Amino acid sequence: MTVAFDAAGVGTTLPATRFELTRADLRAYAEASGDRNPIHLDADVARSVGLPDVIAHGMLTMGLGGSVVTAWAGDPGAVVSYATRFTQPVVVPATGAAAVDVTGTVVAVDAAARTVAVDLTVTSAGVKVLGRARAVVRLP
Amino acid sequence: MAAPTVDESFQGRVYPARPAGTVTADAVRAFARAVHAADPVHHDAAAARAAGYADVVAPPTFAVTLAQRAEAVFVEDPQAGIDFSRVVHGEEQFVHHRPVVAGDELTAELHVDRVRVVRGNAMVTTRVELAAADGPVCTVTSMLVVRAPEEQP
Repeated sequence: MTVAFDAAGVGTTLPATRFELTRADLRAYAEASGDRNPIHLDADVARSVGLPDVIAHGMLTMGLGGSVVTAWAGDPGAVVSYATRFTQPVVVPATGAAAVDVTGTVVAVDAAARTVAVDLTVTSAGVKVLGRARAVVRLP
Repeated sequence: MAAPTVDESFQGRVYPARPAGTVTADAVRAFARAVHAADPVHHDAAAARAAGYADVVAPPTFAVTLAQRAEAVFVEDPQAGIDFSRVVHGEEQFVHHRPVVAGDELTAELHVDRVRVVRGNAMVTTRVELAAADGPVCTVTSMLVVRAPEEQP
């Protein structure tokens, strides 16, 4: 299922998506990415540098946002650019999960390039964790 | 003793392109699972070929794994003075010239675009140009913040 350029005008919203992140998700991302910084794996280390608990990799949170965009676009190869700032950490408890909520809206279209700009809002525990998260996607 | 701060003279340094490795299908699949990307083109070579790709397609942030390895030559250089226990990821940007797919043999050229120290906090911007034999693949720009050490009593 692929979104057509003509069906993705300004104001089009992406399906709101919730991810439930657990410590196992952080271990899986550490293995898959090679980023084994212990602040994502070990509560004692996280607390020793002033964090409340283990935090998710910023790149994992950005990756979840990317997955929402590619699932909507229907073609993971269609992302032309994707950028964000990391504004707040996602704190992941030892038991249970941290909810990460992703919404997205088309904010600009480029008819010549047949691309759309999607701004993402990514929150956890009611706080925005990414800032200025924007993906540009080429649509057929 | 005060911890060393980041050496601003690294700004502008370019580390020539060197091999960044071959992208494997297993690495693409594991990364896609880790970022909850379920599209079959990440996982199933037949689905990827049916969609017009040579092999399974990497998620849009996969290139960070290659970029971070390339950045290590600078970030882990003791002369640069970056205390990794004080590093916070500030910003990240990917510009895709074409999708990364399994089987890609990539090179990485590292640019230290900006090093700025303000009141002991350093902002370091690196850019990794990933390329294959057929041309540029992805430009990965990262901004790291290296926080100043706390004052010791």
